[in-house]
Amino acid sequence: MILNEGDAKKLVLAPAGINMLQGEICATAAQAAAAVQRLGRCVIKAQVPAGKRGKAGGIKLVSTAAEAEKVAADILAMRIGDYAVQGLLVEQCAAIAKEYYAAVLHAPVERATLILFSAEGGMDIEELAATKPEAIRRFIVRTPDDFSVKDAKSMLTGLDVDIAGISDLLVKLYQRYRQTDAELVEINPLALLEDGRLVALDCKFILDDAATYRQTELAAAAASEEPTMLEAKGASQGLKFIELPGNVGILANGAGLTMTTMDVVQHLGGTPANFMEIGGDAYTKGEAALALVLANPNVKSLVVNFCGAFARTDVMAKGVADAWKVLKPDIPVFFSVHGTGEDEAVALIEDEFGVTPFDFMEDAVQAAIAVTK
Amino acid sequence: MSDFPIIRRTDRVLVQGMTGGQGTFWTEKMIECGTNVIGGVNPKRAGSTHLGLPIFGSVAEAVKSEQVDVTLMFIPPTLAKDAALDAITAGVRGIVILTEHIPSHDVLEFFAAAAKHSTKIVGPNTAGLVTPGAGFVGIMPGHNSNIFKPGRTGVISRSGSLGTLICLNLTRAGFGQSSFIGIGGDPMIGTTTKDALVALDHDENTDAVVMVGEIGGGMEEEAARYAATMKKPIVAFIAGRAAPPGKRMGHAGAITAGDAGSYAGKRKALEDAGVIVVDTPRDIATALAHATKRKSAYNTA
Repeated sequence: MILNEGDAKKLVLAPAGINMLQGEICATAAQAAAAVQRLGRCVIKAQVPAGKRGKAGGIKLVSTAAEAEKVAADILAMRIGDYAVQGLLVEQCAAIAKEYYAAVLHAPVERATLILFSAEGGMDIEELAATKPEAIRRFIVRTPDDFSVKDAKSMLTGLDVDIAGISDLLVKLYQRYRQTDAELVEINPLALLEDGRLVALDCKFILDDAATYRQTELAAAAASEEPTMLEAKGASQGLKFIELPGNVGILANGAGLTMTTMDVVQHLGGTPANFMEIGGDAYTKGEAALALVLANPNVKSLVVNFCGAFARTDVMAKGVADAWKVLKPDIPVFFSVHGTGEDEAVALIEDEFGVTPFDFMEDAVQAAIAVTK
Repeated sequence: MSDFPIIRRTDRVLVQGMTGGQGTFWTEKMIECGTNVIGGVNPKRAGSTHLGLPIFGSVAEAVKSEQVDVTLMFIPPTLAKDAALDAITAGVRGIVILTEHIPSHDVLEFFAAAAKHSTKIVGPNTAGLVTPGAGFVGIMPGHNSNIFKPGRTGVISRSGSLGTLICLNLTRAGFGQSSFIGIGGDPMIGTTTKDALVALDHDENTDAVVMVGEIGGGMEEEAARYAATMKKPIVAFIAGRAAPPGKRMGHAGAITAGDAGSYAGKRKALEDAGVIVVDTPRDIATALAHATKRKSAYNTA
């Protein structure tokens, strides 16, 4: 889950005493105008879980309340990346002397935590890593909670920056990363103001989805993800469902096998209509899953591809057969079924659908594509 | 000495969470398959027996009287960290963690402890390990002889279901398996593709390797660097070519961002290392037959 900048600043950075400019989170243009009335010259920033907000016109400088009202209304009506703007952050302006980059994030390959700092902030870190990798300082924390001011100072050695101040900030940032179950906390830019203060001008925060049960306040503040109606329905039923632009519906078990089914559809010249897996604990939800796949009006044929390890194919096939009786879809279905519960599943499919599953998933997919042409 | 993450008949396996529904079901299957299960752990039922095996209050308690080479965890996400730390501090050499959705900061903590104790971890979010003819640990149909047959091809897979399908295809084509290593679908896992590749490279029962990758992360790229040094032929399939960027495809690890973790990048890294990358699961056996100069039992032309 991603938090919008304003919420990340308020809930993640502020409790650690990390400096920020004075600002207010606003939902309407009128609120933004009132905020500018109080704060004076401000920057109005679109709250949206997408990057490149500035380039998209979602960050604007305003001087008066009247100007703020108009600019705020414009920004609120925008879409940036894949998202509609979800709110505004109105922040006071300040004179910036230097921009830095600071982040704490998971390092999967090292099975550890990575601390990053660069005295050249402001730009995208991937861009900086590609064009000027020597400008990025790194520190790996191998033992959780074992990152001290001394460690931070060691990673900053030789840089022409306020080493004491930035070390203190990096330790605070690491502590918040641990306390909030973060996958990433990034401050870009971290600004040195002309008055000497070090402030977080922006903040990106990603919460570990698996930890929402113990981070309820952060989870409640998470930015909206804008799923389609069917995707939202799937999520509410514990099903991982993603709509795609094609016409071959897919029902499979396990993330790997489901992705592979999509890949084979594409490889053989078809277009997948969805990602829908009912593996793991969801293998009993065949009926609900199929209803979602078939609710997409673009679906012209269906591939059911099961390979049971943990998931029992007989239980999944029964779910499909039950759903078929209720939904009575007017499209052809092509099966490939192997693994745990295979004999019972095949017998049931022969009984209920009058067809024998294909031996190879590639053949089931080929047949499903053929009827869409 | 255990060959973990390759499972052997001689490995003494303790099942944490054996008395639950899934723990019971799969422990029975493992025993049926020849796995040397020596007991289970459940703090609330210490001192009792289940499936004719002793139940201990903790791994620490079990190792007082039993030699334990491998533990297998049927443990819900919120309790997984404590269970893993129990096994690690008890000195167990290999741990298989099936659990999906363990908070990643808990995972960081037990990986750090595992590194200190030189414990090898497979998973989290793995379907387990299978050595056809010797046994299995996990939730794989290791007992199904249509799917798993003893042989000389090693298989590495992030996914249980896709790994199962690929072993089935190999078996039908006449390629038995020396070992199946399910490494897990999470972004941060104890045994990486490369770690599994090293184990199979050193395994004298393995002549060739099938690697089943997925989009996301950098594990296939890391494995490619090692693959370039190997003499044994490697055939790879990478799932997720048709996945839209930025969407999480079921596995937490299977998400691409920009060019990082992309299908094209992984395929190129592997092909540059001399790995044969195929387009569909059925092509694996054909490519393997070609690479090992053997005949596939079916024609896929």
